[in-house]
Amino acid sequence: MQTNRYHAKCDGDCCNLCCTRIENLGVAKGHTTILENVNIHIHCGELTAIIGPNGGGKSTLLKALLGEVPYTGEFKFLNARGGRSIEPVIGYVPQHLDFDAGIPASVSDLFVACLSRKPAWLMRPGSARNRALEGLRKVNAEHLLDRRLGALSGGELQRVLLALALDPVPNLLLLDEPVSGMDQGGLELFYSTVAELRHNYDLSIIMVSHDFDQVWRHADRVVLLNRTVITSGTPQQVFNDRKTLECFGITGFFTGGMPGGTQGGDG
Amino acid sequence: MMLQAWYDIVDFLLPFEWAEHNFMKNALLAVLLATPLFGLLGTMVVSNRMAFFSDSIGHGAFTGIAIGALLGGFEPLVGAVLFSVVFSVIITIIKNRSRTSTDTVIGVFSSTAVALGLILLSSGGFNRYSSYLVGDILSVRPDEIILLLVLFAAVVTLWVLIFNKALLVSINQSLAASRGINTLLVDILFTVSIAVVVTITIQWVGLLIINSLIVLPAAASRNVTANMRRYHFVSVAISMFSGVSGLIASYYLNTPTGATIVLIAAFIFFVLFLVQKKIPH
Repeated sequence: MQTNRYHAKCDGDCCNLCCTRIENLGVAKGHTTILENVNIHIHCGELTAIIGPNGGGKSTLLKALLGEVPYTGEFKFLNARGGRSIEPVIGYVPQHLDFDAGIPASVSDLFVACLSRKPAWLMRPGSARNRALEGLRKVNAEHLLDRRLGALSGGELQRVLLALALDPVPNLLLLDEPVSGMDQGGLELFYSTVAELRHNYDLSIIMVSHDFDQVWRHADRVVLLNRTVITSGTPQQVFNDRKTLECFGITGFFTGGMPGGTQGGDG
Repeated sequence: MMLQAWYDIVDFLLPFEWAEHNFMKNALLAVLLATPLFGLLGTMVVSNRMAFFSDSIGHGAFTGIAIGALLGGFEPLVGAVLFSVVFSVIITIIKNRSRTSTDTVIGVFSSTAVALGLILLSSGGFNRYSSYLVGDILSVRPDEIILLLVLFAAVVTLWVLIFNKALLVSINQSLAASRGINTLLVDILFTVSIAVVVTITIQWVGLLIINSLIVLPAAASRNVTANMRRYHFVSVAISMFSGVSGLIASYYLNTPTGATIVLIAAFIFFVLFLVQKKIPH
């Protein structure tokens, strides 16, 4: 059991908290195996980063967890009390919204569509708008409420989507390359928001990322995924693992790039 | 007579020459019921870039009418609605399965449908049904207006119930899935409602221009709106205005009604397209 290693490390306490278990997960499309034998165990309050080469199945894993693609194996969310398996509330921040930038939908419309039963084309329910404002405030984006979705910058849109993913407060937050197309200021704001939420709400977060610098600084755990879990552990362990270097076909890649090099992992 | 109250109202409110005839009163009521539906459904068709798709549903409806006419015995409309519902469900499922060549799939289906429809109709006396190509709103009968009324109520109810979900699916499928929405079901409900509306109204509007009536008002509205309520409000308003003014204009100009309505809607589209930069949205 690969996961036992983590159990040993979590020092009793967090083992009694909720956790997410992905066991033997596999996804096939036609005759092509995209994922097989994927085992990942995530504790609450942890940010797990999924890294790996393009086409390695990172986004497919998220889609499987969202129930969008059929999979074999198990995906369980165990709650804190007695480890009973429950249906988790999942928050999802897509990589990019592949929507028509000309669509006359405001940020408020998006929230109303998610939070209210009243049709957004006919009504403008105050309760949903208030909830939207509250959510946007958490990510410093209240001023965007009545802006058109297509008029938002990449960073603004990601923050709006993050606020949306957090209402209702999820058990599990899935971030699919959340920072692509964000400027440096937006990046810092996004990560500091995520870090804060994680501690306040005891969220489990799975983040797909290409940005190793950010992964190194913010992730508690890293999973290298290429069809299956190649290696996993703390950022330090994974980035120093020979398999990681082999997987990306680069040697000496991380030696210069990691700030400090002492952070993370052993907490 | 069922529509006597309506005739009285028109006589009282619209003491004009065009409104004296009963066929014009019928047509006016039909326009007032059908155009809001076009304006309403069009918003989602345009947002989902489904103009080609709704066009092909029109073709499917045409084939359906041909099949319905051949089967005979009962109203061609029943067979037509059934066929185009099946047709639209099949296309939707294929569209959801393969993301890549949707256009080709739709193109294949729609041209097959139209060819089949033409052959079937020509064997069963084409002239009788060629009116489906052009359509004639002035031929609408009182019992058909009742049918339109039922359709109106059904579509508006559906649109109240599933709109929020359809909007999320339209913005992002995965996002919608993460909110527990059955994206395929929402897609199917939406396309079936288009299929039913198109099939029922095609005899008055005509295969050739029905898609313009769905696409133009919403496309025009997009130019000047920034949220869903205004988008729908302006789209429905443009649709109804073009419908009523087109009906009246065609009476005096002696032009085909459907085409006149489309020209007015197209004119509004171009005007709003040109002014869009001056209106902040």
